[in-house]
Amino acid sequence: MQAWDEDRAKARIRELERLPGALIPILHALQEEFGYIHSDATPLIADALNLSRAEVHGVISFYHDFRHSPPGRHVLRICRAESCQAMGCDALIDHVENRAGVKLGETTPDGSLTVEQVFCLGNCALSPAVMMDGEPYGRVSPGVADFLVDSARRAQ
Amino acid sequence: MSTRVYVPRDSAALSVGAEGVARAIASEASSRGIDIKLIRNGSRGMFWLEPLVEVETPEGRIAYGPVSRESVTGLFDAGFLEGKPHALGLGPTEEIPYLKQQERLTFARCGIVDPLSLDDYIAHGGYRGLQKALALQPQAIVDEVQKSGLRGRGGAGFPTGIKWNTVLYAKADQKYVCCNADEGDSGTYADRMIMEGDPFVLIEGMTIAALAVGATQGYIYSRSEYPHAFRAMQRAIAIAYERGYLGANVAGSGKRFDLEVRLGAGAYICGEETSMLESLEGRRGQIRPKPPLPAIEGLFGKPTVVNNLITLASVPIILDKGADYYRDFGMGKSRGTLTIQLAGNIKHGGLVEKAFGITLHDAIYGFGGGTASGRPLRAVQVGGPLGAYFPESFLDTPLDYEAFAARKGMLGHGGIVVFDDTVDLAKQARFAMEFCAIESCGKCTPCRIGSTRGVEVIERIIANENRARNLELLDDLCELMTDGSLCALGGLIPLPVQSAVRHFPEDFSKPASVSPAQAGVLKSRETHPWH
Repeated sequence: MQAWDEDRAKARIRELERLPGALIPILHALQEEFGYIHSDATPLIADALNLSRAEVHGVISFYHDFRHSPPGRHVLRICRAESCQAMGCDALIDHVENRAGVKLGETTPDGSLTVEQVFCLGNCALSPAVMMDGEPYGRVSPGVADFLVDSARRAQ
Repeated sequence: MSTRVYVPRDSAALSVGAEGVARAIASEASSRGIDIKLIRNGSRGMFWLEPLVEVETPEGRIAYGPVSRESVTGLFDAGFLEGKPHALGLGPTEEIPYLKQQERLTFARCGIVDPLSLDDYIAHGGYRGLQKALALQPQAIVDEVQKSGLRGRGGAGFPTGIKWNTVLYAKADQKYVCCNADEGDSGTYADRMIMEGDPFVLIEGMTIAALAVGATQGYIYSRSEYPHAFRAMQRAIAIAYERGYLGANVAGSGKRFDLEVRLGAGAYICGEETSMLESLEGRRGQIRPKPPLPAIEGLFGKPTVVNNLITLASVPIILDKGADYYRDFGMGKSRGTLTIQLAGNIKHGGLVEKAFGITLHDAIYGFGGGTASGRPLRAVQVGGPLGAYFPESFLDTPLDYEAFAARKGMLGHGGIVVFDDTVDLAKQARFAMEFCAIESCGKCTPCRIGSTRGVEVIERIIANENRARNLELLDDLCELMTDGSLCALGGLIPLPVQSAVRHFPEDFSKPASVSPAQAGVLKSRETHPWH
């Protein structure tokens, strides 16, 4: 992920602006590029799609995925939905929060790890499930969770 | 000829180490100088056996599982490439009772074929449905689907043929086919399995739908929580274009159909069809009041078929084998097969495709083997977060839309989440309201405000504040949300809440168990719905 760069953002917007219903694909592209949606992106997108800034801001703030600030270098998403509840995800979350020293939705002070909640990763036969940087993990024991948290904090 | 070895690339298989197993098999084979062909298939859906490795032998495919990286050397030593016995050996895959007792129609190829090989797809009966459809008039395609009795597999169970007929007769310069693959219900993963394990069946189903109604553009709306499924779908679409099965001249017919897969952005409500359309158009996923129906005014205001992924993926076999073949499975008004997904606290979790009508008991014990924890089963939630909690005494309910409705439940997308006796149904009821508060689109008041009030009322009941009156208030609130919400989120969230109160009253009359410290933990987990 690279730091916010207005020219790069404009280039990504230009690639996608002609798609019907381009706004969500553009937001995904910007988040993929920079890790979050920089506030300066709003007027650029509004201009390209002939929308008001309020409309663009309304869409960014509606969807849980779109971040307003950069995440940690690694993102651990822990499923909190019913199937994982049935297999003890609440205890797993407590465990991860203790190990990482942050609550759900927070990033460690060294910027290495963001821990988030998610509702269903579609891995419900192997609950409790988590996803680390887009890779799925099933039947997650406290030991596996420790491994994920520790390796994120070690890696640069 | 080199031996074919199958290691799934399904996300669930990857989540328990399939990638490492695939690499270990490749390197072990190369260090032994053995020529193998490694195929990354989808999953057979027996997830407790993943990573499930299969070897093709003259006697058919032989299964081994769950295979770990560490067991690979031993498998080679034992001669697994010839299908020889090993402690992890499961025998011929097709003979495993879990699979053998299923009726796989929609999932006929999932886990068997190479998901990204169009030749493999065609060799296993793919595109026969499309060939038949191309010889039919649009009305005849719609009639065939209608005769099959196929109903929407997303949860609402609306007859697919009637929906298609409406779009067929709508006059417009442009029509669309949209696949709802925003599979957000906990306990469900059938859509993901198809996208990762047999994506061409969805492409074929959508192409047939497009021919039937006169649409030329399709969209698949998938989830950001499914990055592997998204990439598999993108690749499959690219291959279908290259081979002339999508684009200006579908299979040489002169008919056009373009298809694109789009990603949602973590909003559960976008599984509601009108929210999904708003999202596809690039807006907040707020629901649209109906009417107008999407079949009349859907995507970009044009007539649109919106179907669940499993519905569309069931169309090719209906066209291929005929409406009667499909309709002969099932019971009552629920025809064909249901893709049951066993989840939660279950020993043998996985996908079971069966004709409608088997009981919850047979699904959970016959296939699922009971709870994973070995403790007694206490509750099951069927149909996702908006589905009712059933007690053990309801396990005789057949899996059928009407039978579930008669017991104030909902079959939904076929997910069954099992809970053992450690579950606290008051906590589950509270979660249902919390989930609704987080995921409400905010369009209508009963859902937007009612869900937050619901969390508060249930917290008071748990804390034993004025319990009788608060239970009455909760009932009143649920009635208002049921009757007054614009869509199924606010309208159905009372199902889990009220079923929990009705069937598990003891959980709502315990001495106040939540200490202030625990209450603090609960509160800290809440995310404000509007950030």
